[in-house]
Amino acid sequence: MAINWKDYSSGEFYDEVMSSAGNARRPAQKLVTQLKSFSEEDIADRKQAADSTIKEMGVSFTVYTEEGNIDRAWPFDIIPRPIAAKQWDIAEAGLKQRLTALNLFINDLYHEQKIIKDGIIPEFVLKQSKNYRKECEGFKPAFGVWAHICGTDLVRADDGEFYVLEDNLRVPSGVSYMLENRAITKRVLPELFEKVDIARVDEYPARLFDTLASLSPRRLKKPVIVVLTPGIFNSAYFEHAFLAQQMGVELVEGSDLVVQDDSVFMKTISGLEQVDVIYRRIDDLFLDPEVFNKESVLGVPGLMRAWRKGNVALANAPGAGVADDKVIYAFVPQVIKYYLDEDPLIPNVETFLCYEDKQREYVLANLDKLVVKPANESGGYGMLVGPHSTKKDRETFAELIKANPRNYIAQPTLKLSTAPTIVGKNELEPRHLDLRPFILQAKDTYVTKGGLTRVAMKKGSLVVNSSQGGGSKDTWIVES
Amino acid sequence: MLSKVAERVYWTARYLERVENTARLIRVYDNLMFDLPRSVNFGWYNLITINSAQKEFADRFKVQDERNVVKFLLADDTTSSSILSSLSAIRENVRTTRDVVPEDTWELTNELNLYVTENIQLGVNRKGRHEFLDGVIKGCQQILGLLYGTMPHDPAWDFLRLGRNLERADMTTRILDAGVAAVLQVVEEDAAVNSRQIIWGAVLRSLGATQSYRQTTRSAVTGDGVVYYLLEDLSFPRTIAHCLDAIIDSAERLPRSKEIVAILKENQSTIFDDVDYEELGEPLRDYLNDLQTELASIHTHIAATWFPELH
Repeated sequence: MAINWKDYSSGEFYDEVMSSAGNARRPAQKLVTQLKSFSEEDIADRKQAADSTIKEMGVSFTVYTEEGNIDRAWPFDIIPRPIAAKQWDIAEAGLKQRLTALNLFINDLYHEQKIIKDGIIPEFVLKQSKNYRKECEGFKPAFGVWAHICGTDLVRADDGEFYVLEDNLRVPSGVSYMLENRAITKRVLPELFEKVDIARVDEYPARLFDTLASLSPRRLKKPVIVVLTPGIFNSAYFEHAFLAQQMGVELVEGSDLVVQDDSVFMKTISGLEQVDVIYRRIDDLFLDPEVFNKESVLGVPGLMRAWRKGNVALANAPGAGVADDKVIYAFVPQVIKYYLDEDPLIPNVETFLCYEDKQREYVLANLDKLVVKPANESGGYGMLVGPHSTKKDRETFAELIKANPRNYIAQPTLKLSTAPTIVGKNELEPRHLDLRPFILQAKDTYVTKGGLTRVAMKKGSLVVNSSQGGGSKDTWIVES
Repeated sequence: MLSKVAERVYWTARYLERVENTARLIRVYDNLMFDLPRSVNFGWYNLITINSAQKEFADRFKVQDERNVVKFLLADDTTSSSILSSLSAIRENVRTTRDVVPEDTWELTNELNLYVTENIQLGVNRKGRHEFLDGVIKGCQQILGLLYGTMPHDPAWDFLRLGRNLERADMTTRILDAGVAAVLQVVEEDAAVNSRQIIWGAVLRSLGATQSYRQTTRSAVTGDGVVYYLLEDLSFPRTIAHCLDAIIDSAERLPRSKEIVAILKENQSTIFDDVDYEELGEPLRDYLNDLQTELASIHTHIAATWFPELH
């Protein structure tokens, strides 16, 4: 017996695949017809094929546990998530708009700070920003761009529209999994690629390479580009290695680099070779022990000197994370308006700022309904999900908010969209998901066709982070 | 090319060669079990001695029998000499050098790793051992084939070649040593000549050298013939002379190699001076031991020339 599509229901949530029991949405029609033709055995075989492909391809991510770091196979659901190309075009334009504005904003913050002088953003928000780097003031990066690689999280709410949940401008990861998800799906559901017009995603590494190459301070035909990783114990090491390999550039650790005469060199078998562009996957504070964390051995002493002198390009530029702050996030619609004089094409999720008295009062009175997030954490850490919290959790967060209101924002509990996901022994159940497209910016701006769809694998859960048990699906932008 | 990457690529090749040759080594002994007359008192523990692993073995096992020796060489993940731990070292090294080896190396490495972890029990039990070892050797050959077929002959290639040939030379000395050790256990009796021939035949077979030995020497399998062939023949890829030649060839293609090439060539010209083909017992074992020390010093020179300094 095949999977039961008739009884599938996502209840009150918007479902990405099915509009009502048994009826597929337009971009999902061919997909569902094909899946319906599969017997239970077919599905099980393909699931099995996906698992062994993942093992053979060595697609993994590292999880920190008390017993040490464990390399886990990438959790993957074989049913893809289709999105109509027409709708994606709007989202893509919205992301380009957003990132263009954010980069103008970051550049402004490190120069005249016009947006603050004009009273759009209160000065103290910036003063208390954890990711603002005084060391970067006055620096002029190529094309005025600071955040070259961004992963912006989108969610689809129950009205079927996309909203921006957050911008990741520091060292966003996940793009390699987007590419591997596609590679796995091609192997597991090959017949679908003959029938459905699915946008390609595999041009990303070439685009990333071009973006990085365009930043080179030396006008060379073949600038020397490296990916700087903290090393194999980092949860995204798989991705660092993958991207270096796909771009055909060196994967280096801090100890492979050295700064001499304010230029960066790597230690090669022929001696020292000058490096032009560093795609760094290390947080700001570990980049250079001379300037930031003195204890850090991950970075390179003198790197900031070399960067400030313009002898090496860093992507993302140090300090770009200032716009990663969730309080700043709340201001992005104003930021877009201020720099571009346009209305945002993709709205933000409604956000309450705890430093404002009225909004804080509302937040404290409604903790059981809201999601509270610290302004500068990533990976879903340190959050309160109101409806799933205990009284004690809420008391703890009330204290945290009162002690440091600037550091907290709150949002309504989102009715994240769902998609049919295979759970247990071939049962089909709705699971919540989000989407992380990747945006590249240097001279031009480029947005991936779709992105990484992350799935909360636990029933009813809204937490999609892989470090917390989330899974993923292939994302299809479909001409329909 | 990064010094550290060079080092990791070099070790990938060494471990890969070690896995393949350890499998070959066990296969020689396994075959001998079938071929030798039962009167020959035959010792699996030789395999521990020639790997210089007596102490590690004693820490883990009391009884020096076949099962424990095979278990130690295949499945012990706490020592560096077992197939299992060599494989995880390969995996870790490939994982950190995926940007310089052909794309599929990673996938084939994972496949081999999975094959071994899932079937290791087959190898420990005598019944499935031949099939298991065959699988391991084929898995290694598959990776080598991929490298030969698709890897550009760039510096990474030369570091793989350095690692492969150095480890291969070392393992050839150990396989020869295993042969001598077995021969020494054959008691002088009527069947002795025959038994010795069986042993030297097995040594050749384990290196896949039977056919080429015949074609080159056009003579019967004898102890001195086999030893001379495996040490000094230049055309067969697993002999000491061939490996040394390949090491020099690769070293010459790499930057900053003048000094090390001079040392290697000096070694090459004198390395067989002390072999006594008339005395294949203890004197040969001593010579093989010296040869291993010589090979270890080549590694030291390679590391000093190209690898990152230890912090």
